Amino acid sequence: MGKHVLLIEDEPNIIEAIRFLLSRDGWQVDTHSDGTTALEKVMEKRPDIVILDVMLPGRSGFDILRDIRADADLAALPVLMLTAKGQVKDRELAERLGASRFMAKPFSNTEVLETVRALAGG
Amino acid sequence: MSRSGLTGNRIRERRTVLGLRQADLARSVGISPSYLNLIEHNRRRIGGKLLVELARQLGVEASALTEGAGAALIGALREAAADEPEVAPDLQRIEDFAGRFPGWAGLVASHHRRVRELERTVEMLTDRMTHDPFLSASLHEVISTVTAIRSTAAILVDTQDIDPDWQRRFHRNLSDDSQRLAEGAQALVAYLDEGAGDAGAQSSPQEEVEAYLRARGYHLPELERALPPAPERLLAAAPELTSAPARELALAHLRRYRRDAELMPLAAFAAAARDTGLDPGQLAQRFGVDPGAVFRRLAALPEALVGGPVGLVTCDGSGTLTFRKPVTGFALPRFGAACALWPLYQALSRPMAPLRAVVEPAGRMPARFLTYALCQPMAGAGFDGPQVLEAAMLILPEETATLPPGEAQPIGTSCRICPRRACIARREPSILADGF
Repeated sequence: MGKHVLLIEDEPNIIEAIRFLLSRDGWQVDTHSDGTTALEKVMEKRPDIVILDVMLPGRSGFDILRDIRADADLAALPVLMLTAKGQVKDRELAERLGASRFMAKPFSNTEVLETVRALAGG
Repeated sequence: MSRSGLTGNRIRERRTVLGLRQADLARSVGISPSYLNLIEHNRRRIGGKLLVELARQLGVEASALTEGAGAALIGALREAAADEPEVAPDLQRIEDFAGRFPGWAGLVASHHRRVRELERTVEMLTDRMTHDPFLSASLHEVISTVTAIRSTAAILVDTQDIDPDWQRRFHRNLSDDSQRLAEGAQALVAYLDEGAGDAGAQSSPQEEVEAYLRARGYHLPELERALPPAPERLLAAAPELTSAPARELALAHLRRYRRDAELMPLAAFAAAARDTGLDPGQLAQRFGVDPGAVFRRLAALPEALVGGPVGLVTCDGSGTLTFRKPVTGFALPRFGAACALWPLYQALSRPMAPLRAVVEPAGRMPARFLTYALCQPMAGAGFDGPQVLEAAMLILPEETATLPPGEAQPIGTSCRICPRRACIARREPSILADGF
């Protein structure tokens, strides 16, 4: 499996931190911040893993996940969903919609690396 | 606690504490209600067997009724004791205690009442925290910022050979984020401070009724049966509705629900609803009812039957929200007035003109909703009475109904927590920090 991640998140400083972390771990990191065009970006970039925030401007992460799973080409794409800690409902919904893994904000850097590596290995 | 109270007053007091009706107590001791009424108003002297019998029915010593270490006081002490099992052995001396130390006994009783009140307040506040849209929005903001700070700080600490450019960048991010966190926290504290003013207020009767309905998914299978029970019987099985006003509100809701269910039977209505794509106009015609009734009925159907969540709000002529059934993504304010741009209020200003509009509430996750709104006069005022209006707005999320194409009207929840700064309908500034 290749090492190409697409990070869909709208918080610039979180983007910067994750991009730095994963790049140092040898990943190619693309980022995108707009919910409305996120699906097109996934299709265009064809990443090996998508990290997807729930709260996005324009379109929610749930809707994007739903579209990813509905697309024949993308159905098997590993998607790591970022939810806020304690938001049990968000997590349940993401689970139903077929998220591969979850990470609750605020997460630790080790958690990010381990989860992404695990997804790539699986 | 008056020591000079008369026997009749004490009987009445004790009976009220137990929640007994005058007629029931009278029957249980073999006298007529009107005679008991005379006794309770100290118009007949009683003694002997009748007194003993009344005392027995009221669960107190006869002497407590005649000499009165007030029956209500004893009742309150009993309740206080019931919460503390370790004092149970002293229970038979309760009369003695109240009689000999009325002042201290009164203090125990009033403290007990105060504890109960405070417990209720805590419950209400907990509930409020879970449903408050401003709290959840600002907590999200705080969590986001904390996430960025945590990750950035860890990078700075853990990366030995970090490039000076990156280091500068991360330091700047940390500084920006901590500033944002401070502002977010301040806004939150200010908000909670303001809210503290009404901390002593009890949850409103309307909130009680909403909690009751929410717990049942706004659907009451008992009232869907062919021969539904009287709404009063349903109410009798709902001890969570504690206040009399809440029970009255609930009763009115249940009566209306039962009428709606009779006119629009569950299975047939659900099928027709799916058939028409939840079009209230067509449904009203098909079932020969007014569209307002269709709104209520759609909101009372289980999600699985209508195909998705359905929200509903109603308001009276003053704009006060009288019923709230929320849907995810369309926050309804818990107190105070809502957004003036809601189609609900547009309908209120144009009675009887049906309104269909796609709206987009402000928020970090924009979603669009199809709304139907209508304002109708309330039946019952008659030709001579004042015209009383009620407006209702049905809220259908995208997953429930197909949205017509076209621009969505931007709306909010209420001005205080709305990020649309330049809104023409704004009545007070928002307390959200910039960048929310």
